[in-house]
Amino acid sequence: MIERGHHDMGGLPAGKVKPTEHDYAEWERRVDALSVLMGAKGVTVDERRRHIEALPPEAYDKMSYYERWIVGLTQALIQRGIVTTAELARKMAQVGRRG
Amino acid sequence: MAEPRFRPGDTVRVMKAYPLGHVRTPFYIRGHTGVIERICGSFPNPEELAQMRDGLPAQPLYRVRFMQKGVWPDYRGNPADVLEIEIYQHWLEPA
Amino acid sequence: MKDQGKYQALTYFQLMEVSLRELLMEKGLVTEEQLANAVEDMRRRTPERGARVVAHAWTHPQYKTRLLENGTKACEELGLDVPALKLVVVENTAQVHNVIVCTLCSCYPRMLLGIPPDWYKSRNYRSRMVREPRAVLAEFGLKIPAKTRIRVHDSTADMRYMVLPMRPAGTRGWSEERLAALVTRDSMIGVALAKEPRNK
Repeated sequence: MIERGHHDMGGLPAGKVKPTEHDYAEWERRVDALSVLMGAKGVTVDERRRHIEALPPEAYDKMSYYERWIVGLTQALIQRGIVTTAELARKMAQVGRRG
Repeated sequence: MAEPRFRPGDTVRVMKAYPLGHVRTPFYIRGHTGVIERICGSFPNPEELAQMRDGLPAQPLYRVRFMQKGVWPDYRGNPADVLEIEIYQHWLEPA
Repeated sequence: MKDQGKYQALTYFQLMEVSLRELLMEKGLVTEEQLANAVEDMRRRTPERGARVVAHAWTHPQYKTRLLENGTKACEELGLDVPALKLVVVENTAQVHNVIVCTLCSCYPRMLLGIPPDWYKSRNYRSRMVREPRAVLAEFGLKIPAKTRIRVHDSTADMRYMVLPMRPAGTRGWSEERLAALVTRDSMIGVALAKEPRNK
């Protein structure tokens, strides 16, 4: 059940490839940029990938690419202590109220 | 830095192992036999980098070529079709 | 840094991005300017950069040899900044067709070509391209002859890949600029060929 990571999908049956593209939203571009900037500070892509791979399968499948990336980045930063869960909670509540 | 154990042209087998942690050797290729196509260089081990360790000493990374018909039992295509994958040395054994 | 347009409530993930960004800025780890520059940096990385490399290789055989030997150095030779990119360029010929996938995530030569398309990161592409490349390529409208060998490259570790498509017939004497316009992103991933010159 866990020998194969949910992300490790090479060779599994799947449907037709839909050649979808979308113009990336600003928030998605910022996630990409933040990941690059934090990479320059030593937060490796490998850590971020590990956190993405740890997502529950349903979440992994339902989330969009940059939704997975922001979670991967945030988890990596929490693990490193660059931000804490408590700080994030306060900030998300604050931003949520502000809109 | 570990010395490369393999050279282009060597036949190698991918370990049939399913360890926990972050792994960059895809599930589908474990246990399969291929040929070293090139040595890419040596790099910090991503399995260790993922755990916030430095991944040193750098490990040799190879591109390994596999025959598609050897990897997939139902492969339909040119019998000469290949699959080329980067695999770290510690996942490879001489075959 | 507000998104333009009609007010829409932030999704959970957008809320996370705003919050993380503000925290990092409050801590002095990221500045507005750095972020804006990084976003701009990625914006200007487009497939046109790869197309330039391809067109130069088509018109300069020795450059092509160097490109196939060390993709990163060859890009830098043309003045393209490709930080930390370890590029492997694979050449299409009449006998061999190359196509790139990253089954484990979405590795792509971003520092050269920019952000990859959605489909490249999709479950269906990542699952099937290693196993049935001909069928997937046919879904893209590309029929590879049975006698042509296909090399699928699964970008699993530190290298990143770009396909050097075949130069279309009927382009003798064309300038590099004109040639570059025939080179699409999809031809550098390997799900398409370079465009044919339009018949006059």
